[in-house]
Amino acid sequence: MNMFSKDTGASAAIAGQTERISVKDLKFFYGKHLALKGINLPLYDRQVTAFIGPSGCGKSTLLRVLNRMYDLYPGQRAEGSVMFDGKNLLDKGIDLNLLRSRIGMVFQKPTPFPMTIYENIAFGIRLYEKLPKSELDGRVESALKKSALWPEVKDKLNANGMSLSGGQQQRLCIARTVAIQPEVILFDEPCSALDPISTAKIEELIDELKSDFTIAIVTHNMQQAARTSQYTAFMYLGDLVEFGLTPGIFTRPTDKRTQDYITGRFG
Amino acid sequence: MVVLWKVESTMDHTVRSYEDELALLDKKIAHMGGLAENNLGQSFEALERRDPKLAESVIRSDRAIDGLQRDIEEQVISMIARRQPMADDLRHVMAAIRISGDLERIGDLAKNIAKRALAVAHETHPKPLISGFRHMVELALRQLKDVLDAYADRDPQRALQVWNEDAQIDAMYNSLFRELLTYMMEDPRNIGLSTHLLFGAKNIERVGDHTTNIAETVHYMVHGTSIGDDRPKVEQISAIDMMKG
Repeated sequence: MNMFSKDTGASAAIAGQTERISVKDLKFFYGKHLALKGINLPLYDRQVTAFIGPSGCGKSTLLRVLNRMYDLYPGQRAEGSVMFDGKNLLDKGIDLNLLRSRIGMVFQKPTPFPMTIYENIAFGIRLYEKLPKSELDGRVESALKKSALWPEVKDKLNANGMSLSGGQQQRLCIARTVAIQPEVILFDEPCSALDPISTAKIEELIDELKSDFTIAIVTHNMQQAARTSQYTAFMYLGDLVEFGLTPGIFTRPTDKRTQDYITGRFG
Repeated sequence: MVVLWKVESTMDHTVRSYEDELALLDKKIAHMGGLAENNLGQSFEALERRDPKLAESVIRSDRAIDGLQRDIEEQVISMIARRQPMADDLRHVMAAIRISGDLERIGDLAKNIAKRALAVAHETHPKPLISGFRHMVELALRQLKDVLDAYADRDPQRALQVWNEDAQIDAMYNSLFRELLTYMMEDPRNIGLSTHLLFGAKNIERVGDHTTNIAETVHYMVHGTSIGDDRPKVEQISAIDMMKG
């Protein structure tokens, strides 16, 4: 359905935003199974967009399309277009390494490399750039500061990344993503393995990161979507059911399915 | 004009106790509304029949209304803390807390009329004045009943009607005000009684305002938009009326 067909306050406000990524008629197949049935969706520049919906609705699939994560698996393919900086990032000729340096991703479970905190971050930078040591140090420090981890690790940069707590590990992964200076960051349920305090720190971080990055977040936690995002997309059975400004979606959704889902009427 | 559609959920919540709590909230509002209606009607009867006993009973039973308001507030706060209501549920609990506030005030206004009934219990009331007052009370009671039904039935059309009809109560109050002024000017000995009646009438006019608030809340609860957004412009109405001749 066309989400702009109804005259909501949301669509009027949306008009003022710049689209960083434009998803058009996106279909996605796992073998023969159609998992996304023609998605049209904008990701606005330096805004947080949350994808919500019941398990299997396609929200993680959509996120994985945005940096071509699916390319790693045979039998998975996408149709339609995802325009990013004037190019369709679904095109065969796209340099995937470059793409993933511009569109970073943070996963559900913290995945630090079994190396020092410093190396966890420097490793990624070295893949893309050759920097003198002093500059590299600066980049590591700034990434750790941006991820609100610096005060906790500045005296133990040579400690193993695996020795950090779960919440710290997740912030380390965010630092690793940020260090490469991407333009878009995709979060796939970044807090589902974390306690409430670590969750609050990540949410605070997302809030700060949005002044520099365009952010998409997949979450099962409705309150988290409501708290962290400016825009919310509700997906169901491979369709985008409703998209709009977050306060509108959570106080007066226009589609019955959205309402039933966010109020806990089906699951 | 913006067309409003009702996004209605036909399904129950997966967590049944949540469903029960929302239903309980409606029950409490209905109970509270019934008490407020009752007290308002009886406060006027106490005034009209000069019945101090009835007036005292109204004053006493206002406590039950206050108690219900506290109860509803506590329930809503607890539901927000435990369930984090969203969408229509969020509007539902916010509506309940707002409506309970308006009903509590209506109860207070009825109590105030009852107090005035006690104060003027030994004076004779001039017939035309009291019958003007009666019409006002009847209209206010009907409006209150309608708006409570609109809440129970989730009927924004009915709420809108109540909202539009409040002007009638205001007009009645203005005409009663003029009559009472005349009455006072005729004979200064009438001033005491007239003042009590005037404040009583003002109370009814305020009941109308609270009823209007409830109508707005019902509209918001159902549509998620403010009632003012789709109010027909006064100019438009008069233009249409003029065309009708």
